Amino acid sequence: MSTDEIDVSTPAMLSFYRRLYPYKSIFNWLNHEHTPTRRFTHREFAFTLQGDVYLRYNSFATAEEMKKQVCMLNPTRFEIGPVYSARPRDKKTARPGAFVPVQRELVFDIDMTDYDPVRTCCSGADICRRCWSFISAAVRVLDNAIRDQYGYRHLLWVYSGRRGIHLWISDKEATDLTDEQRKAIVGWLSVIAPGIKEASKKLNFRGGHFTLPPSLRATLTHLSPIFVKLILEDQDCFGSTEGWETLLEYIHHAPLQATLRKLWSDDPTRSSVDKWGDIKSERRKKQGEKEFAIINAIMEDIIIQYTYPRLDAEVSKHRNHLLKAPFCIHPKTGRVCVPVDPSSIEEFDPSTVPTITQLLKELDALPVDTEESSAVHHADWEKTSLKPYVEMLDRHCMGLMEETRKVKRGAPGEKSLHRECRPQLMAPLNKI
Amino acid sequence: MFKAGNKAQTTSDLPQYGLEYPHRLNFYDRPPLFDVTLEEFEVAALDRLRILAEIESSGARNRSWDETKDVTNKQCDKFMPLHSNTAIHVDRDSERKRDVLGHFVLRLAFCRSDELRRRFVKAESTLFRIRYDGQSQVEREAFLQSRDFDWIAVSDAEKEQHSKELYDAYLVSGSYQVNKADREFNFKSEKFYKVRWTRVPDLIERRKVFLKAGWAYVPSREHSSIVFQEFEVCLQKALELTAKALPRLDEDTRLVPILSNLSQGFLAGMSSEWTSGTENGEDIRAEMVDELARKHYPMCMRYMHDNLRRDKHLKHFGRLQYGLFLKVLGLSIEEAIIFWRKSFSGKTDDEFNKQYKYNIRHSYGLEGKGVSYPARSCTQILMPTDKAEYVCPYKLFTPENLQTALLKSYSSQGLTSNDLPEVLNIVKAGHPHVACTRVFEITHASCGVKKGEGVGDGESVTHPNQYAALSIELEKTHREEDFDAMAIG
Repeated sequence: MSTDEIDVSTPAMLSFYRRLYPYKSIFNWLNHEHTPTRRFTHREFAFTLQGDVYLRYNSFATAEEMKKQVCMLNPTRFEIGPVYSARPRDKKTARPGAFVPVQRELVFDIDMTDYDPVRTCCSGADICRRCWSFISAAVRVLDNAIRDQYGYRHLLWVYSGRRGIHLWISDKEATDLTDEQRKAIVGWLSVIAPGIKEASKKLNFRGGHFTLPPSLRATLTHLSPIFVKLILEDQDCFGSTEGWETLLEYIHHAPLQATLRKLWSDDPTRSSVDKWGDIKSERRKKQGEKEFAIINAIMEDIIIQYTYPRLDAEVSKHRNHLLKAPFCIHPKTGRVCVPVDPSSIEEFDPSTVPTITQLLKELDALPVDTEESSAVHHADWEKTSLKPYVEMLDRHCMGLMEETRKVKRGAPGEKSLHRECRPQLMAPLNKI
Repeated sequence: MFKAGNKAQTTSDLPQYGLEYPHRLNFYDRPPLFDVTLEEFEVAALDRLRILAEIESSGARNRSWDETKDVTNKQCDKFMPLHSNTAIHVDRDSERKRDVLGHFVLRLAFCRSDELRRRFVKAESTLFRIRYDGQSQVEREAFLQSRDFDWIAVSDAEKEQHSKELYDAYLVSGSYQVNKADREFNFKSEKFYKVRWTRVPDLIERRKVFLKAGWAYVPSREHSSIVFQEFEVCLQKALELTAKALPRLDEDTRLVPILSNLSQGFLAGMSSEWTSGTENGEDIRAEMVDELARKHYPMCMRYMHDNLRRDKHLKHFGRLQYGLFLKVLGLSIEEAIIFWRKSFSGKTDDEFNKQYKYNIRHSYGLEGKGVSYPARSCTQILMPTDKAEYVCPYKLFTPENLQTALLKSYSSQGLTSNDLPEVLNIVKAGHPHVACTRVFEITHASCGVKKGEGVGDGESVTHPNQYAALSIELEKTHREEDFDAMAIG
């Protein structure tokens, strides 16, 4: 990945905020309609300024006000927090009990560093086309699971600018979740606790008789081909001695473990594909016996262990967690945090994402047409390679606004299904 | 004072036993609309509070679910019996009335702050769970029928459509039946209900159900999850509404003091006064006090006594607190005067008679207003005052000081430094009375007191006199047993 000539200096950032940042789209995305509501006005923005000054509890009445403030502060990046029960900028004057988070998109964060124990191509902050496959596998699985199991439809995937990806879910039910419910959904979705060098820690999600929960059963069908392609063929995770020793630790079955150890230390040239084949043929020998199920379960566990999405649980559990806003510039890479289409996630290449330098160059190359340029600055992104990404967000917003219109018209569909058992804190939301 | 509930009970479930409250379980949607005396008002609340406080300290003492259930059931039988419908010889309606009354009074007392609401909801829902668990299948069903839990029954066709997933989820969450045919048979007869997943977060977190498009398919054996969640949500909501309505109650000067008293007791972590047998003990003479202190005192009184011996003096509030304790312990007024006279050996007879005698007689009700004051309870001793030196030592002392003091006071009775981390942890978690109870258990292990038993039936210490009286009694029975054993042997 080439990061040469990345200019994230103050003037460059300022031009980006002045001419390219799509405030209107971000406003629509957060607000779900054209006239400002509490979803926007009571929303926290936190700025990171030059020199690591951190400015929390900013809020704005309109997209224009937001633009003005952003251009004035010229932050290196900014984050989006929850909708509070009062305007965040009035936090100091609000009664202590009257300033609490009430709404927030359900967010997920997947970061490449959590995959360090299983990726062989890079480590730490580095990322290449090959290890992006881990992320694309995770996106596939999560996107499917959330749409199918939870029935949410308004999912926005955003590349984090370097080595991770964020997911923002804006469905009404999802934004209204309590912290307890968020914790529950994280518990449901996470199988592998990231961060721990987890070898030998047995996964524990099966019930009696080696039954996999149905959600994981469905996921496994997605993961199996990915496992073969990514773990066995591409990453060759069990090629090195260290690699297959780790693999053996997952095989909680002493006789099988011994057989394989012998086989593999006698012939160190066996590839990952060969080794996986060895386990398979051991399983075949037990056909019809009780042990078949045991070995089968071990194999499934290994597939899950190596390919299942690794979530940063803390980000999702609390409403008041801040997450970097889409279309910010990553301070290290200079890349824009652009939305990503999950249906073609496999084709997404992080190195093709526009950088701030590239975008400003594109602007400079524009013919100077004297009449217009001074007047309509804000639409400058349309003339750069940022365009398809902003349009992607706009399409996403259309879906959200359509939903809001339906609810306002009192269409029975969605809403009446959901029973409101919680206190009606959010009732006056739509009349600001 | 209570607004009439607008949730009309369906009348169809009334007749069964001809009861006004047809179910032992209650979601408390209907406030009590009958007249009550002020005393009933307070007593019903106090009794319920005892039970809730015991539930809270069960949590603090790391009791298992079964132990908690046991202890709570015993407490319920003692203070607030609530029989099921089949107990036809008992006036079930009046028991249930009391249950409802106590609950609603406590709502008023505990709606005032977030902290109180949170703790109240937790304790009440635990109580509800315990009752739900102990309820017979038939009555539980009847109760569930009586309310609309807004769950959607899954049709056979739909069950068939997802049968593989439902069966897997059923096995993952289910009990372990070895026989495959049994499992399948049970699954066939299982009835599933659909609810939004947000209503059963606990089942979701542990992947215990099948989930499709946001609907959780809950098998009947997990219904309780929905019921408990519903109970908590409704109570939480009701408390918030009550809190908003409460200011209007402030005009009633009879109730407000009672209510603040109740919530204060709960904040200090305990229910109420230890009331049994004031001034009951046998005659205790002044010269016996030293030995009693060594063997039977809780930390607070021990500290007081040691100070008195060291300084040959105790300040006014110390004298009052310790004097009342001694009175209830069984020291007569004559003996009390002898005791204090001897203790204040630095003072002349004249000084003593002038400065101290009056106060001693006063606390026995022999001077002034003529009121025989009760001894101060843990609640009072725990309350922070400006007389900081008389606050409960478990609360007041720094960890280092507490360790030293505990070893000094109780090592002769079997407390070792190995016990200290546990006690200190309880203190750190903010439960001084539980720490005191634990020390009681440790120092009375030789009399057969086991961990978790507390001062009988798992209760925690709520009064220094309760501690001392029980300690004395235990010693006595223990001695008698020894004596019996010797006589037989």
